[in-house]
Amino acid sequence: MNPQRRRRLLLVLVVVLASGLVTALVAMALQRNVAYLYTPAEVLRGEAGERARFRLGGMVEKGSFQRAAGSMEASFRVTDGDAQLPVRYTGILPDLFREGQAVVATGRMEDGVFVAENVLAKHDETYMPKEVADKMGVAHQKHEVQVPAPGTEQQ
Amino acid sequence: MLPELGQVLMALALLVAALQALLPLAGAHRGEPRLMAVARPASYAMLALVGGAFALLTWAFVSQDFSVRYVATNSNSLLPMVYRYTAVWGSHEGSLLLWVLVLCVWNALVAAFSRALPQAVVARVLGVLGIVACGFLAFLIFTSNPFERLLPAAAEGRDLNPLLQDPGMIIHPPMQYVGWAGFSVPFAFAIAALLDGHIDARWLRWVRPWTNVAWAFLTVGIALGSWWAYYELGWGGWWFWDPVENAAFMPWLVGAALIHSQAVTEKRGSFPGWTLLLAIAAFSLSLMGTFLVRSGVLTSVHAFAADPSRGLFILVFLGLVIGGSLLLYALRAGRLDPGAGFRPASRETLLLLNNLLLASACAMILLGTLYPLLADALELGKISVGPPYFGLLFFVLMAPLLALVPLGPLVRWQRDQASKVAALLLPWLGLALVAGAVAYFAAPQGSWKTAAGVTGAAWVGLGTLRFVWARLRNSGRLTAEMWGMVLAHLGLAVFVVGALLVEAQNVQREVALKPGQALELGRYAFRFEGVDQLRGPNYLADRGHVQVLRDGRPLALLHPEKRAYASGGQVMTEAGIRPGLAADVYVALGESLGDGAWAVRVHVKPFVRWIWGGAALMALGGLVAAGDRRFRRATKEKTA
Repeated sequence: MNPQRRRRLLLVLVVVLASGLVTALVAMALQRNVAYLYTPAEVLRGEAGERARFRLGGMVEKGSFQRAAGSMEASFRVTDGDAQLPVRYTGILPDLFREGQAVVATGRMEDGVFVAENVLAKHDETYMPKEVADKMGVAHQKHEVQVPAPGTEQQ
Repeated sequence: MLPELGQVLMALALLVAALQALLPLAGAHRGEPRLMAVARPASYAMLALVGGAFALLTWAFVSQDFSVRYVATNSNSLLPMVYRYTAVWGSHEGSLLLWVLVLCVWNALVAAFSRALPQAVVARVLGVLGIVACGFLAFLIFTSNPFERLLPAAAEGRDLNPLLQDPGMIIHPPMQYVGWAGFSVPFAFAIAALLDGHIDARWLRWVRPWTNVAWAFLTVGIALGSWWAYYELGWGGWWFWDPVENAAFMPWLVGAALIHSQAVTEKRGSFPGWTLLLAIAAFSLSLMGTFLVRSGVLTSVHAFAADPSRGLFILVFLGLVIGGSLLLYALRAGRLDPGAGFRPASRETLLLLNNLLLASACAMILLGTLYPLLADALELGKISVGPPYFGLLFFVLMAPLLALVPLGPLVRWQRDQASKVAALLLPWLGLALVAGAVAYFAAPQGSWKTAAGVTGAAWVGLGTLRFVWARLRNSGRLTAEMWGMVLAHLGLAVFVVGALLVEAQNVQREVALKPGQALELGRYAFRFEGVDQLRGPNYLADRGHVQVLRDGRPLALLHPEKRAYASGGQVMTEAGIRPGLAADVYVALGESLGDGAWAVRVHVKPFVRWIWGGAALMALGGLVAAGDRRFRRATKEKTA
């Protein structure tokens, strides 16, 4: 092998090795940090797994929100029309959090209660996160689940 | 009648754009000066037409014309005057019109400042810009017409999203768009060069300042967006790896790579193909960013509307632009002259590494951003990719980049002795490591992030100053291009301090406080003094009074607010912030918990200002470098 070829081979090897390493790293990081979205019905069917961290999406059930006076601990139920799941969260809820509105909470199950690390209520009073709308729209077209018609949501 | 006139202006602009796309390109192909000469006047005409349409839409907002659907959905009779102007780009249609306007401004500037270039090059560059403008104008007219009437007219408007009723929002979108649309210039240049089959160093010298300016504006745009999120969303975060932030950040990364690779190609002629590919990538990512944001495919605070016809149009347009330019690249890039060779220890190698790292970071973000869409399309479930993915990988990729920054300017082109540069920088590396170690033990929450941040920043900062020193001693002066580089690299150092120290040292509490109660947080104490009511122009607010003490002495009286907007009943948090060079004190009001108690969120954010300060330095560096006389002189030589 002449020197130029050897150098080229070395270069190719380095590139292959580096890209392999990067791919492995990226795949690992991605796998660890991906959070799936489930509705309460799916969680109760056991689809979310036992201890894994996931996102719970649905509507805050009307009349379910409770907070002891002067305390930061809040509890409410999230419903998808078919099933409800109790949620516990300690801290300040987002401005757009309201009963009867869509919500996405990230956390994990503990003794039948979903303990949320963070709660997102998206955007504004008429907007439902598309992924939640999709899920609820596919699974259940009933109850008070409003899925905004395309183009009509508040901009 | 005025809104109809706006529509007519847009249609005429589309026509002019089509002419600007077709005639000069055909003229350049066949060598007909008369056809090529169409390009310049067409650019000016397009700017006038789109500018007129934009002025009319602005007038519709100012005069509260609720018979225009877009005005009725994004304004309200109570909306303060200044926000009537900014509401023009408060939503999808208007912001797209602003995009087109900005594109037309760039287009006209290229037409005005390209006298020194050969006519065929100008014709091709403006022709490509014409194609892009065509796509945008067609999208605007056929799917997102801002002048659409609402009949009968609404008696009252629905109001601008309260999140956008903020001074930061006045300038963030225009800056962002100036940056995004600005990448169309290097893109058009790259396509022109590919059509022509070769790159001339003179043209590259001409296009470099444009890239720098576009990148500088994008930097400012992103920094403003981050600053706005920090004080307006009330969470105290400055970066969320939100899909839309990523959409803005990806072209920024590629743009940074492009700035460096253009310098290599211009000065040494090395890797010209890569430079062209980056130019194509920067603009393609800008387009993708614009459209991803607007199409509603991504769930985000920025996603305005989900409309299938828009989505399809976007997909086709993106496919044509990106696919077409990559195809052209594949066909033509092989013909480019590969330029002079270089040794492993040379500035070329370092800049190549810089490019590889920045491009990998961009690819990593692209993967994380599109992965949920991909998984959804393949029915693998609804997933989201968490910030730790981005944070970890970004750190892994950027740490080596930081390590290389001081080396680049000190290593010579083509070949150098590694040992010489190492000897020059070794003492400063030692100093940076000592600084990191001191920070690790001295900081209240010493962690590896603190140490890494201080070490990295000190290394980049000291190494860059070492370059200035060496340069001043050897030749007594630095060119504007070098000063720009120095400023941008120092900005990077400042940014690193802010980003890593705020990550490591941030303290946050969410507590229930009754009037008179206080919260102790390190050196700070927060005494809650109750809440009163305040009436704003279009909202009612609960305004909290929080006395902040540092080391027992009063520091500031903060007034976080909770606003309820009259129009939609939306509730907004306005944080109370005491900015400081060493630390921000940040108080946001949660909800009333009864008994006079309120949920209060308190942050102490050390060095958070340095994040935006660093970004400002980087942008300034980009502008200073663009002002180098060499770029102007070089093109003038050609005319002489």
